[in-house]
Amino acid sequence: MLPKFSYVRATSLDEAVRLLSSDDGARVCAGGSDLLGCLRDQVFECSRVVSLTGIDGLRGIARTRDGGVRIGALTTIADVAADPTINQSYPGLAQAAGELASPQLRNQGTIGGNICQKPRCWYYRGDFDCLRKGGTTCHAVAGESEFHCILGGAGCFVVHPSDTAPALVALQATVRIAGRRGTRSVPMEEFYVLPNQDVRRETVLEPHEIVTEIVLPRPAAGMRSSYHKVRARGAWDFALAGVALALQFSGNRVTAGRVVLSGAAPTPWRSREAEEAIIGKQLDAATAAAAGRAAMEDAVPLRRNGYKIPLFQGVIEEALLAIGRA
Amino acid sequence: MASRRRKPAGKAQISLVVNGEPTEVAFSPHKTLLEVLREDLGLTGTKHGCELGECGTCTVLLDGQPVLSCLALALACDGKRVETVEGMARGAVLHPLQETFADLGAAQCGYCTPGFLLVAKALLEENPSPTRDQIKQALAGNLCRCTGYLKIYEAVELAAARMQGEEAEAKEETLYGRR
Ligand SMILES: Cc1cc2nc3c(=O)[nH]c(=O)nc-3n(C[C@@H](O)[C@H](O)[C@H](O)COP(=O)(O)OP(=O)(O)OC[C@H]3O[C@@H](n4cnc5c(N)ncnc54)[C@H](O)[C@@H]3O)c2cc1C
Ligand code: FES
Ligand code: FES
Repeated sequence: MLPKFSYVRATSLDEAVRLLSSDDGARVCAGGSDLLGCLRDQVFECSRVVSLTGIDGLRGIARTRDGGVRIGALTTIADVAADPTINQSYPGLAQAAGELASPQLRNQGTIGGNICQKPRCWYYRGDFDCLRKGGTTCHAVAGESEFHCILGGAGCFVVHPSDTAPALVALQATVRIAGRRGTRSVPMEEFYVLPNQDVRRETVLEPHEIVTEIVLPRPAAGMRSSYHKVRARGAWDFALAGVALALQFSGNRVTAGRVVLSGAAPTPWRSREAEEAIIGKQLDAATAAAAGRAAMEDAVPLRRNGYKIPLFQGVIEEALLAIGRA
Repeated sequence: MASRRRKPAGKAQISLVVNGEPTEVAFSPHKTLLEVLREDLGLTGTKHGCELGECGTCTVLLDGQPVLSCLALALACDGKRVETVEGMARGAVLHPLQETFADLGAAQCGYCTPGFLLVAKALLEENPSPTRDQIKQALAGNLCRCTGYLKIYEAVELAAARMQGEEAEAKEETLYGRR
């Protein structure tokens, strides 16, 4: 059973923003596939659900004038995974969407909801008064920490669960946001908040703000992208360790690009160490292995997630070798 | 929200087309599609499993697409077509998938079966002769504790062949094991 709430299907962005501004207990709902789980587990209070599904223009994938692509926040993950333009120009995003959750969840989940979803830490979702929920400790530190972070943790050690987010950071996407004071654009890289900045939030979104679309820049010449994900089950699962690549090549040589990890940190984690290890080089076995090691230099495991370090080294190495051959 | 008719206080009302039949139903706004189907429409073929999105037994087809009814608000389904396992048979005539699931023993306790049947139905409508790999991928969101999946895959393949007009029969080995 879900706790009681009222429900409004907004018919315009203005109406949705107004509803969110006038009621502290109001929450945005897109597909609901993460929100309903949070409400059932009473992760946060919600007196009013504001559905975005009645608002025109938030769905669909279209070319922008400068050769990029805009993806409406309400576009389903299944539609992102199947879209011919995304597959052709941004294969890393198509792979991330195609490997995410199960087929049913890809049909109902939206890309806006995917980048805004809440952490999956079992203490946070469970009946624990943890730091992220206003308590005083992170129970993973002394407790079960198999699926927690090895980078970027401070007080709280969740990992960010999204597969599309690291791909979008790698591809230098921008998030368009509507709120009480009009609209703004935030680079995906600056959209997430680390625990040492503010442990109570995951993103820069204010309670009255709504993600309206995600804009991908036109892919640079020689750009290749990919997403590799290791999970505990074959059928579906969140990433234990994942890596999104968006690299520019000149011949065999990497000239620029980003390496972004999932399952590593409380936010999608850009590994500048791995980037430095590959820029200007050909992706041979020695370079790929060195990048994997560099990415894990600063990693600090908790009691039960030390296995992630060799796992990340392996998946980064594999992903780099594969994209080098592509 | 459809509010043409008078609805009870505190309740919301929506129109759905359930298994082909236009239906109006009133319920509390915080109910899931799963709860409304089972409790308000009496359609208990859709099963209540984990309520976490992990098992798939609550799957229904919403405008033809498989979704998890435990993670869908009923209010968000206003105006949509919902298909549940109750809608698969035509009177006394079973859907070919229901027949092959029964014939092959692709159900043991049967708790997962409604979800598998609906996902398989949607798959065959989109792709009438899927490969084993495509079947596995389509059914990846559905958990079965009993069968070990093999008979489920074979039942989908057999139904696909029959729906293509082939006079396919179950393999000896599937029915009686290896001799
Ligand atoms: C069993 C299971 C397995 C999963 N596996 C994976 C996986 O492997 N990889 C992965 O990436 N994800 C995974 N997920 C999560 C993924 O499916 C999300 O649930 C889904 O993408 C969320 O989209 P939604 O539209 O349903 O969001 P909702 O549930 O509607 O919203 C999610 C959150 O974002 C907020 N929100 C939604 N849209 C907006 C918007 N436009 N603007 C501002 N805020 C918004 C909501 O308020 C809510 O807090 C899994 C989920 C489940 C249940
Ligand atoms: S009951 Fe919905 S997925 Fe298990
Ligand atoms: S037959 Fe028992 S769970 Fe599948």
